[in-house]
Formats: sequence, C-alpha cells, structure tokens
Amino acid sequence: MSDNTAAIQDTQTTEPESGSNKTISRWQYTKREMKRKWPGYVMVAPFLLMFAAFTILPVVLSFLLSFTHFNMLEWPEFCLMDNYIRLFLEDDLFLTAFQNTLIFALTTGPLSYILSFLLAWFINELSPKIRSVVTLIFYGPSISSSAYLVWKLIFQGDIYGLANGWLMKLGIASQPTVFLQHVDYIMPICIIVSIWTSLGTAFLSFIAGLQGVRKELYEAGAVDGIKNRWQELWYITLPQMKNILMFGAVLSITAAFGFGGIVDALCGNPSTDYVAWTLQHHMADYMNTRFEVGYASCISIVLFVLMFGSNILIKNALSKVGK
Amino acid sequence: MKRLRTKKHAVVLNRSVGGDTAITIALIIFGCFMFLPVYYLIITAFKPIGEMFLTPPNFYIIKPTFQNFIDLFASMTSTWVPISRYIFNTIFISLGATIGCLVIGSLAAYSISKVRFPGANTVFQLIVYSLMISSTVTGIAHFIIFVGLNWLNTYTISIVPVWASTLGLYLMKNFIDANIADDMIEAARIDGCSEFRIYLTIVMPLVKPAWLTLMITVFQQVWGAGASNYVYSDNLKTFDDAINSIISASGTQGAGAAATVLMMSVPITVFVISQSKIIETYGSSGMKD
Repeated sequence: MSDNTAAIQDTQTTEPESGSNKTISRWQYTKREMKRKWPGYVMVAPFLLMFAAFTILPVVLSFLLSFTHFNMLEWPEFCLMDNYIRLFLEDDLFLTAFQNTLIFALTTGPLSYILSFLLAWFINELSPKIRSVVTLIFYGPSISSSAYLVWKLIFQGDIYGLANGWLMKLGIASQPTVFLQHVDYIMPICIIVSIWTSLGTAFLSFIAGLQGVRKELYEAGAVDGIKNRWQELWYITLPQMKNILMFGAVLSITAAFGFGGIVDALCGNPSTDYVAWTLQHHMADYMNTRFEVGYASCISIVLFVLMFGSNILIKNALSKVGK
Repeated sequence: MKRLRTKKHAVVLNRSVGGDTAITIALIIFGCFMFLPVYYLIITAFKPIGEMFLTPPNFYIIKPTFQNFIDLFASMTSTWVPISRYIFNTIFISLGATIGCLVIGSLAAYSISKVRFPGANTVFQLIVYSLMISSTVTGIAHFIIFVGLNWLNTYTISIVPVWASTLGLYLMKNFIDANIADDMIEAARIDGCSEFRIYLTIVMPLVKPAWLTLMITVFQQVWGAGASNYVYSDNLKTFDDAINSIISASGTQGAGAAATVLMMSVPITVFVISQSKIIETYGSSGMKD
C-alpha cells in the first residue's frame, strides 16, 4: 500500500521535468499554439484579406486623404489640417448637414430601438402562428427594398395624394400642401418614414432573445414577489437579454447615422433649401460632383468618428447597467 | 388569497386584464401604422386608371385590374438592353455575392469559434467594431481602390466587396459558439480528423439555420441595393436598376406601384419561408462586453 502511494508521488514529482510538461514562457506557449493551430489561420485568411481590403484599408485611406488636397488626377498634396479648418469654420452647409445628421440620428436611433424592443415584447406572448404574421407585418417594410416610395403617394403634393385628399375632404385644409417640398414638413416626414423602415435586424434579434428567456425564471420571480409584467420586464427580462440589447443598440446606431437614401428618394436631391441635407449628401456632393476627394474624405472621417464614438459610448453605458 | 388567472387550464402569472388590453390596443395602432402604407401600395398597384384620380383616394378598389402589371411588362420588353439580361445580372450577382460570403464567412466563423488560434479574439473584436460603421464611411475610399484594381464597370465590383460584410459572419460565429459543444470537436480531433474536415462534415451540417440566415441577409442586401454606383454600362446593371429607370421613364403611378410590389414580393416570400430558422439564429446574436 505505502509502496503504491510512494510510486504515485514519484511519478507526480518527476512528470513536470520530463519533456512536454516543462514550464515555458508565455511567448513560447503562444508560438507553439500558433504552430499547432495553423489550419485556423488558413481558414480565416480569405476573410481577413477581404476585410483588410474593403473595410480597414478604406478607413485608413480616408484618414490619410483627409489631410490632403486630392482630385483623383494629380498626386495628393499634403495640407495638414486645412480640410478640417475649412470644414468647421468656413463651410456653412457642412454645419447644416452636421446638425441634420445629429437630429436624424438622435430621433430615429432611440425611437426605432425602443419601438423594436417594445413591439417585440408585446408580441412575445401571442400564439406562434399569430406572432409570425405580426412579425411579418412589422419586419416587412425594412426588407422590401423600395416600398417606402409609397409615402410619396401618401404625401403627394396635388389633390390626388392621400393626405391632401383627406385633409381637404375633412375641411382641415382648403388647398393641397406640397408636403415633400415644404421646408416645415420634410424633416418630420423623413423621420417617420425612416422609423417605418427601421424595424429590421434589431427587431428580429429582440424577438429571438425574448423567446430565449427561460420560463422558470418568471415562475421563480412570481414566487419571489414580482407583482406585475413591468416588474418582470425590469428585474428578469432586461437583465437576461443584456447581450442582445447591446447588439440591437449597435445596429440601430449605425443605421441611424447612415441615414440619407430615403431623403433622396422622397424629397429629391438636394431637398428644398437643404433642410434635410445630411453628411452623406455633403460627402457625395464633394466626391461625385466636385471631385474634391480630400475634402470628402474629411467628411467621411467626421461621420466615422460620430458613428464609432456614439457606439462605444452607448456600449460602455449599457455594460454598466446592472453592475 | 388572490385569485389566479388561468388560460387553457394553466396559471397565468403576473398578467392583468387591463395590461393585456392596453398592449393589444398599442399593437393594433402600430400595426396600422406599419401595414396601412403597404396595403395602400398594393391596392394602388391594382387600381384602374379611372380610380387613381379620385379625391380623396379610396381605400378599396371598385374594379381591380391587372392593367398596371400589363403596362409594366409591356415597357419591360421595350428596354434597350433586354430585360432577361437584367434578370440574369441580378441572379448572377446575388449568387456570386451570397456563395462567396457563405464560404468565406463560415470558414472564418468556424476558425474563430472553435480552432481558437492565438489572435482569434482580436479578429472577432475587429468584426464587432466593423458592425459599428456603415458602408457610407468606406464609400469614398472604395472608389479609389476600385480604380487602383481597375475594376470600374465590371461584375466584380458588385460582388467582391460584399464578401467583406461581417453581419452574417458575426451571427454564424455566435451560433456555432452556442450550439456546437467543444467536446464533440475535441473528440473528432482525437480521432484524427483534420480541422477542415471537422468544419465540413461535423460543424456545417449542424448550423444550417445560420447558413440560411447568412444567405438571406446577403441576398436582401444585394437585391435591394442593385449594382454598384460605379457600374456605368447598362448590360451590367440589375433588375432593380431596370425597374427604377422604367418607373421614372413611364411615370404612371400605377405601373410604379406595380413595380414596387413586384420587387418587394421576392424578399418577403423568402422571409416568410425561412422565418423560424432566421429567428432561431438571431437567438444567439448577443454581444458580450
């Protein structure tokens, strides 16, 4: 018996010294792991190549070009901060664009996020068949490519438009309003339409996330004294869905800042008096019409900082919830 | 003691009748906001020209007609490039973009999720960051890169950049994390299976919902976007572009609505068929801090 334990102890003490289990430095370990898992690198290589070429390189290139004057024909000419100074101090239209982008992002982003969650939560307890129909109704507009053009029919400027027709029938207006060219209505209409199309990926992931919360938790909660559905939402559902809420937030923010195509399609480019002029329009204008690539890159970097910055801010804020 | 609400012989916890009613009313209001425009679009597509110019417009059709669709198809046959070419382009671009994305994305997803080579976390972090910027930011530099690669006015420009999209890859990586046990992969490795074979014969058959979601995400992106802005010749453009130019050329409201209905019917049908699988995939889309 004692011989046996001695033998075991013996092997245990000798093992670390025998070859493979020698303690090695962290760097050596990494190197060995890299050698052992080489197929992993081969498998990820095609993606990394694409990613480097079409995501990382463009961002770096825009950043570098934003410090130059460049017109696609001559070699870029380095000009330090000229573009940025011109952008923020001399370009009035940029300030309009900046302001509009912020307004759009601050309204459509949070609204579509909250709406996505609330609607997903509302339909969570419907029976599966009804739920899938309602999901389709809410999700439909965001995937049906140019369906938002219907708003052009609704807010058509003459008496045959839906809104004008009914306003006049009901005696609210005496003559048709050209909604899509009217300075006061362009922004609100674009915001409404953009919310209409925004119940997309985030909405679906919220539905999935709500389905994934375990039912036992609700029962346990009820036993522990949760009184109504709002408490249940606050104390059980939201903490359980934290990661999915984060994912939805990132998608909503990114979509909210990339806003602009809807304005073109509904109100024309440029919209009346530039009331709905966004950074995206400003950038496209300098890029495609004036060929001031350096200046356009500068605008794209501003947009990049806005998107990335607000995403990181929100992500940090959300990760503090419940800690 | 408080009486418990029951529904189909099961106890319903923490659900008041008042709350249920309020939620139902809210749902109906938002449902109308979301659905009525679509409904209006569809009935406009089936309205005869006489009913188009009523004030105020009706919410129903007195004499439904296919005339708008017939007009649309008639103007399709008179395009300069035959419409079949546009349809071919759409299918070709969608297939090319989707298959490329699927192969590249699933290989990378498996590698990051299960091989866990040193640096995998950094790569994944980059992918998460890339979800935070949209294509608007990279558009300008894309043009310069396309000029450099001499890709202007080719199919490549509409296909290859899509391969770098990360949403599908992100979803697939998370799906593999959540649904494939490490033990199974480890067992296969001990049995002498190569990483590539594990990927192909073990992991891929088990993540079909993620495949489908990736495919549909990419397909919707390509279908709605049409050809790239930097494609100038009409033989390389897509059905979406063709429809848009037909609408702006013919200009009748009915034909426009008919074209929009036609365009939206495809992604909607695809979604109806695959809804449950897609939602299953999104279940593991959570983002850890």
